[in-house]
Amino acid sequence: MENLSDRGGPAQPLLIAKDLRKHFKVKGGAPGATVRAVDGVSFTIHKGETLGIVGESGCGKSTLARLLLHLIEPDSGELVFDGDPVGEMRGISVNALRRQVQMVFQDSASSLNPRMPVRDSIAFGPHVHGKTKAESSRIARDVLVKVGLKPDLFGPRYPHELSGGQKQRVNIARALAIEPRMVILDEAVSALDKSVEAQVLNLLRALKENFNLTYLFISHDLSVVRYISDRVLVMYLGAVVELGPVNEIFSRPKHPYTVALLASRPSMDPANRIEEPPLTGDPPSPIDPPSGCRFRTRCQFAETVCAEVQPVLGQWNDRDSHIAACHMRDPASGHSRATEVN
Amino acid sequence: MSSPLVEVQDLNVRFVTRESTAHAVNGVTFSVQPGEVLCILGESGSGKSVTLRALMRLLPANKARISGSIKVDGQDVLALDAAGLSRLRGGLVSMIFQEPMTALDPVYTIGDQIVETIRRHKGGTKAAARARALELLELVKIPSAAQRLDNYPHELSGGLRQRAMIAMALSCGPRLLLADEPTTALDATVQIQVLILLRKLQADLGMGTIFVTHDLGVASEIADRIAVMYAGRIIEEGPVADILANPLHPYTRGLMASTVHGQSRDRDIDAIPGSPPDLRQLPPGCAFAPRCAQASGDCLTAPPEPRYPAPGRMARCVQVSAKTPEFA
Repeated sequence: MENLSDRGGPAQPLLIAKDLRKHFKVKGGAPGATVRAVDGVSFTIHKGETLGIVGESGCGKSTLARLLLHLIEPDSGELVFDGDPVGEMRGISVNALRRQVQMVFQDSASSLNPRMPVRDSIAFGPHVHGKTKAESSRIARDVLVKVGLKPDLFGPRYPHELSGGQKQRVNIARALAIEPRMVILDEAVSALDKSVEAQVLNLLRALKENFNLTYLFISHDLSVVRYISDRVLVMYLGAVVELGPVNEIFSRPKHPYTVALLASRPSMDPANRIEEPPLTGDPPSPIDPPSGCRFRTRCQFAETVCAEVQPVLGQWNDRDSHIAACHMRDPASGHSRATEVN
Repeated sequence: MSSPLVEVQDLNVRFVTRESTAHAVNGVTFSVQPGEVLCILGESGSGKSVTLRALMRLLPANKARISGSIKVDGQDVLALDAAGLSRLRGGLVSMIFQEPMTALDPVYTIGDQIVETIRRHKGGTKAAARARALELLELVKIPSAAQRLDNYPHELSGGLRQRAMIAMALSCGPRLLLADEPTTALDATVQIQVLILLRKLQADLGMGTIFVTHDLGVASEIADRIAVMYAGRIIEEGPVADILANPLHPYTRGLMASTVHGQSRDRDIDAIPGSPPDLRQLPPGCAFAPRCAQASGDCLTAPPEPRYPAPGRMARCVQVSAKTPEFA
């Protein structure tokens, strides 16, 4: 297991995803019905940053995470990891990518083998990647310490003997055991109780610092995303609607969907309760989503142009840009509010 | 004050198996006035859902050992026979759950399920019940309600299913609504819609409501009073605004500090160390003492008695000033 070094230098984004697409056929549905789970998503992740992805269920955020690791094969699109195209002759293989990018899932129990003591689950990765049994066991002990679990006490235990928070620490330890450069956290704290969630968030912050990691943090919880992310990407029905630095997104959201999402958070103040819901209805089905702008069916500002033309996101590969795929942000779109808002 | 709608006294629930006994609920006492919303707030394993289910006797009779007293609208729930229970459930008291997909019957339409409930409790013709079902779907703001009556649960989105379940729960005009995390599985933009709807229906219909949640934000949107549970005990209780502004119990304070809500990004969240106790082996003293920074010797011997530091406030902690209440 060779050491993974920085190949592209600090200015090279760690991961570039370009126009990723994945459509699923609907079993037993109408002929030709497809779920447009991820429909042309592009973004970059820079070295050492945390990119947060938020969106409601069915927006494609988890499919996107799986596409990045080729756990689901993309229909089309490009991935570039530290300057090397993934899965191409002149680039790096999918296996080499998986060695550098690890993933932690929401369900801490089903991601561990129930018939294996957790130290063996952790040692499995390094061993597969070429370490001897003895070295792998040593690594397993080390990473257990790093996630705050005593190796002698917890190493021999089986997953059912651990609490939810402890199991998630084991999953994080397992991800770290092969010394990845990037970790994808797919709703990794969502199933935990609040008091345990806070512990795990603190741990993730410390690990990132100590191991120089880059995170892709997927969550439906805006408060958690705000706390942990440097930049935020907002998804709706398979497409990116807004992308920008975390403070920008939370203080000056540009897309009406982001505005509504932020306004849907409970007030935490019984004297100032939310009186009117910011949006009505549920998100539409990702099977044959609305034409043009997908959000138009729930958007109070929707006009004819929104049904006809799909708005574009703009300069997505610029690190500091704050952009939204909305006709109101494009003075040339013909939307009546386009000039007023900008 | 009118007489309470719900009075629970010293409720204990133990789950007994051959290997062990889990002390899920340990001496819970509370009351709910007609038209009042009590939120039971707690993390998993705190006993909040078990308490709620005990109110409707939904716990498996062969495993759950229940003691104490539960009175709803003057009826002794623990003494009811099967016929009495079936009149209570869905009639005087009804319940909504976290997962509408598993709470609704997948092989009957929404309309049929509501009609069945109405006729079971109120009798009347099928046509009258169906008209009432349509009214109910409109009441919970389901769009094109007349068509939705003939939909099966799987044909509805998550938010609509939850509304259909609320409609069914309201069908016989319950005086008490029990809600077990009804918005937890919903998306943020749908959750707030359902919360606002529930708040409005509860106020319009004057139902007493017990709302179980793990989410302080949800409680802040809907509760009149909050009861915080930890390891099967209510450790703090009071009006929602007072608890949010001035939590007294160290656990409540820790829970609020560890709930991510606009904390500074530059430093760690004040997490509560450790994890909740094993309900099979509860410590003899305060169950929170092993995680509490202020724990002293007194905390380890016996669970703290309730203290009433201000009108309407209760906390089980030795740190809280022990004024005895004239009002309790």
